[in-house]
Amino acid sequence: MAKYTEDDLKVELETKEYEYGFYTELDSETFPIGLNEDIVRAISVKKEEPQWMTDWRLEAFRAWQEMIEPEWANVHYEKPDFQAISYYSAPKKADPNKTLDDVDPELLAMYKKLGISIDEQKKMNNVAMDIVVDSVSVATTFKKTLNEKGIIFCSISDAIKEHPELVQKYLGTVVPQRDNFYAALNSAVFSDGSFCYIPKGVRCPMELSTYFRINQAGTGQFERTLLIADEGSYVSYLEGCTAPSRDENQLHAAVVELIAMDDAEIKYSTVQNWYPGNKEGKGGVFNFVTKRGICEKNAKISWTQVETGSAITWKYPSVILKGNNSIGEFYSIAVTNNHQQADTGTKMIHLGKNTKSTIISKGISAGKSQNSYRGLVRISANADNARNFSQCDSLLMGNNCGAHTFPYIESKNTSAKIEHEATTSKIGEDQVFYCNQRGIPTEKAIALIVNGFSKEVLNKLPMEFAVEAQKLLEISLEGSVG
Amino acid sequence: MLSIKNLHASIEDKEILKGINLEIKAGEVHAIMGPNGSGKSTLSAVIAGNETFDVTEGSVELLGEDLADLAPEERAHKGVFLSFQYPVEIPGVSVTNFMKTAINESRKANGKEEMPANEMLKLIREKSELLEIDRKFLSRSLNEGFSGGEKKRNEIFQMAMLEPKLAILDETDSGLDIDALRIVANGVNKLKSNDNAVLVITHYQRLLDYIIPDFVHVLMDGKIVKSGGKELALELEERGYDWIKQEQEV
Repeated sequence: MAKYTEDDLKVELETKEYEYGFYTELDSETFPIGLNEDIVRAISVKKEEPQWMTDWRLEAFRAWQEMIEPEWANVHYEKPDFQAISYYSAPKKADPNKTLDDVDPELLAMYKKLGISIDEQKKMNNVAMDIVVDSVSVATTFKKTLNEKGIIFCSISDAIKEHPELVQKYLGTVVPQRDNFYAALNSAVFSDGSFCYIPKGVRCPMELSTYFRINQAGTGQFERTLLIADEGSYVSYLEGCTAPSRDENQLHAAVVELIAMDDAEIKYSTVQNWYPGNKEGKGGVFNFVTKRGICEKNAKISWTQVETGSAITWKYPSVILKGNNSIGEFYSIAVTNNHQQADTGTKMIHLGKNTKSTIISKGISAGKSQNSYRGLVRISANADNARNFSQCDSLLMGNNCGAHTFPYIESKNTSAKIEHEATTSKIGEDQVFYCNQRGIPTEKAIALIVNGFSKEVLNKLPMEFAVEAQKLLEISLEGSVG
Repeated sequence: MLSIKNLHASIEDKEILKGINLEIKAGEVHAIMGPNGSGKSTLSAVIAGNETFDVTEGSVELLGEDLADLAPEERAHKGVFLSFQYPVEIPGVSVTNFMKTAINESRKANGKEEMPANEMLKLIREKSELLEIDRKFLSRSLNEGFSGGEKKRNEIFQMAMLEPKLAILDETDSGLDIDALRIVANGVNKLKSNDNAVLVITHYQRLLDYIIPDFVHVLMDGKIVKSGGKELALELEERGYDWIKQEQEV
């Protein structure tokens, strides 16, 4: 029997296809490509929105037209042609008013392929799901159970219609329309996303979850998520993403806003597995995402992310620690392989007194990829006794990838305590041989080492997600040692 | 059990092993001694299949099967175990998790089902008692922050868990205090049976006070230059290696 070398493994990995890269034949209604005020209005009309929403979108669109695409990130790509994208695509048969039984069987089959059959989800997991395919929210499960607690969990389109007072009050308060180029674009054309409101003192009894998928070719996906945790409430929210393999780049520009009122806690977890492009770097999703939360008094927001997909990732889930004693956390695993580029990190803005933030970032780079951590810790003049701890660890595989760390620290208060630790390591051949000698094949050995490296962050994920995340790490990195 | 014939191995064109011949039968304990740089650790690495070394001539057979084309993990699945002189650290991976993965990979390769969790726990309990290992130790990251003695004891614990056919102990005594040495040797002795064999590679005689070898071989400059019984080890301890060198030259 021939020796199975790392080179063989590499070949196998390269020929291994993106496991979620299927395309489901769904009858879709897609807008013509291009973007102008008429398209923005048309989206709003299509979604039967009130006038204030249309005006809000138009305001964002006008702001966006004046803005320039940012170039400061450590990523290189051909800028998308924003006039060559369709800004609205919906599976035709999806009607949010129907019950689950009425959902297009092909759509249900697609969820099954994704391993997230709604039926199963309903039965076995304490997970309520909102699924966004292309642009429209298809089915929201568990609505009734949540209703009893007064929890609102629905698509943002429904929320605009059914709870306009909440949406109007909070939309854009954490990420304003003109916050940045992609946020402005999203504000103008967002087609769907999730909305969640947890009433005062309510502890959400189950994990809330949204699954995003881009299906239609040549479309962009612009979800908008708004999550409000009223005083003393608690919610854990999960978000997953996949897209079919396509040769062209697909644009994903989402905005997520979190509001944690006094004594509230929000745990927001993401497993992002957008199509990363093929091994030559062709295709893949451009993931330009703005995620930010605001903490009032004694509130806590915790971001956990596992980023394995996308050709380009540009994403900085942040926390504004406005209230005294509030806490912000960011736990991240970012994996890049082949030609992927990630520039990701967080911003912790300390405004209140005795505010605390923790940043744990694990970057894993393989192939010819570039992986950057970019983080800002800002302590304002009034933030007495603010504390931050940051730890950025990088793991390199092979000699053709890069890991970069850009930590920015700005402190205007002398009582602040800020700690930053960083390490860079490489998977050693001696580690792999040691595992081999114990009977563990190279592929499995790398998975084991990577999982060990990422453990502190994996442990922060809810159980069901942690298992999926571990599998994703294995798929993304098998055989990348060199 | 193990049959090595005219084994030559080199690293970056520098020949380290220059024609080793060694026969080890089931139930036997062999010791290989020799001065620094004689090729002791290279021999253990080559048997385990470390690809850093090129085998240029000769063969290694385990239970009649030529190992030449087998990857290190395949050799492990067939029962080769190497207790490393310098065990590596794997941060974030607990000893238990590591052992569970190793055992199940071997079982999978041998066409067996994964070991049920309760059986695994029982095995862990049994073997950790044998080596007087605190169970808290087993949830720590593999070798990370372990003392020299803990690392070596952990190697023998793994050997106990994997129950190999051929166990190679590469300088297991280095870094061990006398109590730890006794525990480790005791563990090895308890694991010894008529179905397996042990190859002890050591610089000093002291380990051989506890693990009594049936045969002692002296390795010098990539060749076995002298073989004998356990009394040879004592003689080496007393007289050093120079007299053998002189004997060779004569």
